[in-house]
Amino acid sequence: MLEIGLILRALMRNKIGALLIALQIALTLAIMVNAIFMIQDRNQQMLRESGLDETNTFYLTNTIFGNDYNNKVHLQTDLHAIRNTPGIIDAIQINAIPLSGGGWSMALQHEPGDDKDTIGSAVYMVDDHALNALGVELIAGENFTAQDIQWREEGTSKWPPKTIITKAFAEQLYPDNWQLAIGKTFYISQTQPIQIIGVMKALQAPWNGWTGVERSMLVPFQMESKNSRYFIRTEPGRRDEMMPIIEKLLAESDKERIIRRVTTLEETRKRSYRQQNATNKILTTVIITLTLITGFGIVGLAIFSINRRTKQIGTRRALGATQWQVMRYFMVENFMISAIGVIIGVIGAIAINMWLVSTFSLSPISFDLILFGVISLFFVGQLAVLYPARRAAKISPATATRTV
Amino acid sequence: MFNYYIKVAWISILRHWGLSLLMICAIGLGIGATMTTVTVNYLMSANPIPHKSEQLFYVQLDSWDVNDPFDEGQNPPDQMTFIDSTNLMKAKKAFRQNVQAQAFAVIEPSDPEILPLIVSGRANSADFFAMFDVPFIYGSGWSSSADDNKEQVVVLNKETNDKLYGGENSVGKSIKIDGNMFKIVGVIDTWEPKPRFYDITTGAFNDSEEIFVPFNLIAEEKITRSGNNSCWKPFGDGFKAYLASECIWTQFWVELKTEQDKQAYLAFLNAYVEEQKQFGRFERPMDNRLSNVMQWLENQEVVADDAKMMMAMAIMFLVVCLLNTVGLLLAKFLGKAPEIGLRQALGASKATLFCQYLIESACIGLAGGILGLFLAFLGLIGIEKLYGENMQGLATLDGNMMVLSIVVSLVATLIAGIYPTWRACKVQPAHQLKCQ
Repeated sequence: MLEIGLILRALMRNKIGALLIALQIALTLAIMVNAIFMIQDRNQQMLRESGLDETNTFYLTNTIFGNDYNNKVHLQTDLHAIRNTPGIIDAIQINAIPLSGGGWSMALQHEPGDDKDTIGSAVYMVDDHALNALGVELIAGENFTAQDIQWREEGTSKWPPKTIITKAFAEQLYPDNWQLAIGKTFYISQTQPIQIIGVMKALQAPWNGWTGVERSMLVPFQMESKNSRYFIRTEPGRRDEMMPIIEKLLAESDKERIIRRVTTLEETRKRSYRQQNATNKILTTVIITLTLITGFGIVGLAIFSINRRTKQIGTRRALGATQWQVMRYFMVENFMISAIGVIIGVIGAIAINMWLVSTFSLSPISFDLILFGVISLFFVGQLAVLYPARRAAKISPATATRTV
Repeated sequence: MFNYYIKVAWISILRHWGLSLLMICAIGLGIGATMTTVTVNYLMSANPIPHKSEQLFYVQLDSWDVNDPFDEGQNPPDQMTFIDSTNLMKAKKAFRQNVQAQAFAVIEPSDPEILPLIVSGRANSADFFAMFDVPFIYGSGWSSSADDNKEQVVVLNKETNDKLYGGENSVGKSIKIDGNMFKIVGVIDTWEPKPRFYDITTGAFNDSEEIFVPFNLIAEEKITRSGNNSCWKPFGDGFKAYLASECIWTQFWVELKTEQDKQAYLAFLNAYVEEQKQFGRFERPMDNRLSNVMQWLENQEVVADDAKMMMAMAIMFLVVCLLNTVGLLLAKFLGKAPEIGLRQALGASKATLFCQYLIESACIGLAGGILGLFLAFLGLIGIEKLYGENMQGLATLDGNMMVLSIVVSLVATLIAGIYPTWRACKVQPAHQLKCQ
């Protein structure tokens, strides 16, 4: 059946050539599987939802350079003007932007004191319009009221008594039943009590590489700041049209400030994951070129070995072998070489993965992925040998009778 | 003779042009990928100030929370509290010392037609400029008495000077920064150390700042600090309380000439921490560190994981390409057995044949190397495009890298060629001739 013994003996006469292809296949498999694994890892990171209405939001930085500037009054005027512009759903002042990489974090603890366990979270300082402006969904409890909003002087260490947190944060505080968090009082800055009045579905922290990226909290603060950000949500589809309108509105209403960095959330997401995206593209290129090189290598070697064996093939055909049998010979040969390559490759892939796990703290590779790699390399091998094998099959039996 | 070998090699390469092209492409791609990633790694791990990197030390003190150590106890905090850096500055125990923080400012040009300018700033001590060999076009840095007297002086970078004064000598002029008048004392020339070693807490490959002002003006609230800030202990209200807090946001560098000086400075730091312990600070075990520039860059893992991983991948990629070449060369040379047999029968020595086939391999390697260089060039442009400003200035091929890529491809192909050549030369002439 399939002349396996025969092919094996023929292979043994050119051990090195076969081994070289096998090694190539092995390394290709090892690299391919790990590269795909890294791509998947990054894709998963990028797929996480920020919780915001990303397509219809943008933000800008309001930098004040005049001295004796009445921050509090101007903030109210600005927000009032933006909120009343047609096309705008809502607007807030905020201290940090999700995904942007810069922000503020604080920790909550169950008990007051400086030696208790704490859980860290991103802090967004906002007012009672925040849920609407960010586009996040409140799934339990209630929103802040206008009376809850406090004026935060620069450099103060006091925190307001109420907060709204994300579900992921509540689950961290109460692993068994997150709903227990509602109404509970925790401690912020070690000793200051703060009550959880609501839970939002999701809102990511500004740092996409942080393990606690899903934990964030809103606190009812409006800030005295010479450099504050306004976060604005427009009616669906009207973002690009509203951006210059709002910029102009603010810039012209007051000359003691600069409006800058008018940025969409989509742009921020793109920048935030730029590195992941770039690495993925490079890895994809590596996989494709590597597979091509290995494939063409197999084609080249097969053509050569067929050219060298023209006479033998002709003889076989003359002795009654069908075209299919000749073709099958080369395909089985390739299959056997691939099999050796794949066995070494699987070991190599796991070894590389172990190195990745220990050096770059990635998680171990899945079995499915290895299986996928194995199957695709067998496929590439068979595909590559198809053309040379067909050429071999076309060798006429008459060749055997001629001298080379 | 050498010319003859090359001619024969050329004929042979042309005769099997498909195979030769395949080999050249494989080597080219392998070299291209390897060189692209090696270049990025090489530039990331470059020594930004080679002649004095051994004499500049970044100072770390472990002032962190005794219950919850910084970086899980692996490293002391990466910045210093304002209290400690001020105390160390006052002690003046090093040859040069510099306390610094990132700052942020708005310049209001005197011409009301020009819009106010937002600039990135660095608040630092007088020694900064001498320590880090900052080149000046006009004027110079400020004196340490300007530090002590909290003078409102400023050094501009070339770009800002070009923007505001059209590149003229602006030393002595006054400029309004954040509502206060500052006197310009110097303009620095283009200065972009990569990595930006003097402050890697806000990005190791960021551009250097646009203005430089005395650090002490932060405490005077004349300049607004920015950059990273971490706190572990609650503190009172107001800016004074913040300055006196355990928050870390300053960076401290010293220049020490000899190993002895370094030991003396370390002893001084230990004595300082011992003294502070009496005031109830520094509750953690003593862990004071002096890291020179390269140690500090290594400690802060300036070379990105992605870059290292990519380089490892590319090198494996090159190995695949070489295996490919070995296989193809083997096939090619074995295919020439009859020709080799004939030449041997006609009197060619094994050494001659070996030499000739090795030259053929080298020709392929050279062509692959040149192709690889071109691909590396494209690859670096691609990397710069994909990664954007994070990679600015990190993706350029320099002379060293070009020579290296040609050498690597030549050596690699020669190694790849040795086995096939050796096999080819083992051909038995009698056997080959008989077959014909």
